[in-house]
Amino acid sequence: MVVDPIHQFEIKRYVDLLNWSEVQFSFTNSAVFMFAIVAMVFFFLTFATRGRTLVPGRAQSAAEMSYEFIAKMVRDSAGNEGMVFFPLVFSLFMFVLVANVVGLIPYTFTVTAHLIVTAALALLVIGTVIIYGFVRHGTHFLHLFVPSGVPGFLLPILVVIEVISFLSRPISLSLRLFANMLAGHIALKVFAFFVVGLVSAGVVGWFGATLPFFMIVALTALELLVAVLQAYVFAVLTSIYLNDAVHPGH
Amino acid sequence: MSEPDHSAPGGRREGPDRGTGRRPEEAELSARLERLNTELGKVQAKPEGPAKAGGRDTSSASGAALAFRLGAEFVSGVLVGSAIGYGLDYVFSITPWGLIVFTLVGFAAGVLNMMRAAGQKPFG
Repeated sequence: MVVDPIHQFEIKRYVDLLNWSEVQFSFTNSAVFMFAIVAMVFFFLTFATRGRTLVPGRAQSAAEMSYEFIAKMVRDSAGNEGMVFFPLVFSLFMFVLVANVVGLIPYTFTVTAHLIVTAALALLVIGTVIIYGFVRHGTHFLHLFVPSGVPGFLLPILVVIEVISFLSRPISLSLRLFANMLAGHIALKVFAFFVVGLVSAGVVGWFGATLPFFMIVALTALELLVAVLQAYVFAVLTSIYLNDAVHPGH
Repeated sequence: MSEPDHSAPGGRREGPDRGTGRRPEEAELSARLERLNTELGKVQAKPEGPAKAGGRDTSSASGAALAFRLGAEFVSGVLVGSAIGYGLDYVFSITPWGLIVFTLVGFAAGVLNMMRAAGQKPFG
């Protein structure tokens, strides 16, 4: 038996759409899962809100709760003007949440355990911040990098630090989600291989295998928490960063 | 056996009540809905001030979310700093200096990130 905890992240190409010498553009298992996730979010929200009863049922309640949760979060951190970005934050949150949770089901593919996906999402957020900031505030947006109330001789250093701090946002945003999902899934697989290995060792192994087995149960619960929390963190940070685009200059 | 015994009187009692009291109940309901709407409007129109003042909730979920943030905030600052330093070295061929200076500046930026994440400007 080959112990390969990375195997689950392998990209499989189903259909090659474009195949030039260097550029390959294919329909992969990752793309399949991304389409599936979007479809799940769409159909869940559509069907959940179809009845529109005054006293919501379970599905409608879940849909309304997710809406209210994100709406409150955006309003708290970016103000009422920040509600322009509510659709963006809500879409990102639902996508990341469903991607993380779906990834926990055995034999599925975890889209967010690939850096390229999370980096694309983070760049979308930061690109929105920069473009909206410049369009709305013009050069005033650059005041974001100039902390107020600082003696003049420190200002150049602080501006450099602020710029690096700003540039590190997409990195931390994408790295955190990616690393958490990757590490959690690898840990789960490693413990699962312990179970398989011990069981094949005979009767004593059966008893030994119960320990990593319970570990897997506990880790799965932890991973569910992490999956939801990471989606929450992603959405919170998105709305905090968007706040800078709406109100630059602290 | 016991289940129908419990449900039958309850159902009988509820039936006529609901039948006769439908109209006033509905009026009351719409009045409540009206009140709820005005309350909701007030809440939504409320400026961010009060929400922010009491908003630093220390509930476990957001606490854990914060804990997840801090490490990545710091590491990303250092990473970006050293990447910039390395790039400057490459472009201007000043080999060790860009990396040295900008890793330190990146360290400072990472600490700043972390303090921001932990401090006064969080999502409350």
